[in-house]
Amino acid sequence: MKRNVVGAHYGLTTWIAQRATAVLMAIYTIIFLVAVLVVQPGTADAWRAIFANGFMKFVTFLFFLSLFYHAWIGIRDLWMDYVKPTSIRLSLHVLTIAVLIGYAGWASKILWSL
Amino acid sequence: MTELAIKKKQRPKNLDLKTIRLPLPGKVSILHRLSGVGLFLCLPLILALFQWSLSDGGFECVQAVVANPIGKLVLLGLIWAYLHHFCAGIRFLLLDWHIGIDLPSARKSAGLVLIVSLTLTAVIGGTLLW
Ligand code: HEM
Repeated sequence: MKRNVVGAHYGLTTWIAQRATAVLMAIYTIIFLVAVLVVQPGTADAWRAIFANGFMKFVTFLFFLSLFYHAWIGIRDLWMDYVKPTSIRLSLHVLTIAVLIGYAGWASKILWSL
Repeated sequence: MTELAIKKKQRPKNLDLKTIRLPLPGKVSILHRLSGVGLFLCLPLILALFQWSLSDGGFECVQAVVANPIGKLVLLGLIWAYLHHFCAGIRFLLLDWHIGIDLPSARKSAGLVLIVSLTLTAVIGGTLLW
């Protein structure tokens, strides 16, 4: 059998993960909007208080992790759709993962330096 | 099998982007992809603004960005991209669950996504930026 290297042989799990992260982000979006609506953060302190709250910090971090995983799958699909040469495609995959892992570190730093 | 392959080859094909008339659900779908890629490319900007807004004295700086007309435009674009991706994404999730999968409903929900995301952009963008 002739096999193509696509950098992904786990279609269904990834497909489900993209949907699961989408649902998590959608729920967070509602939580965030409600928090902003309730607190009406017009000052730096009020804005900071939102994310200093333990629950919000936790779900915000969860949102970021979902986002990065979701974006990885989405951008990976994009490379698979438009970039055919295997070496370039795999390089772009690695670059995308590296950037997103960096963002995850960055997001945790932002939240936990509060 | 060979017969099938030949038949397949003879099907009319039009891949000329300039003459393809994309139906409404197709437009919503491509905007979903574009908004997803746009948001991905803007992640550094979004994280930087978030970090800034929470840092000492940074909140006022971000308020200055919001007050700037170009800053306003960029942020409004990001808010629209997020809300369109959000609404179109929820539509895709419902379609995945075979809700509203027939053509008339799918057309209607595509139009609804465009209208709802633009309305939400006006309301949320208007509230946060003005
Ligand atoms: C509440 C938030 C979100 C929801 C409900 C959502 C939903 C979805 C869904 C259902 C898909 C799959 C579409 C398909 O297979 O055709 C998708 C794809 C994608 N999403 Fe999201 N998403 C959200 C947030 C984000 C964010 C913040 C980003 C940006 C970093 C993003 C980037 C992408 C990308 C790049 C794709 C791939 C697009 C494509 O293949 O056409 N998403 N999203």
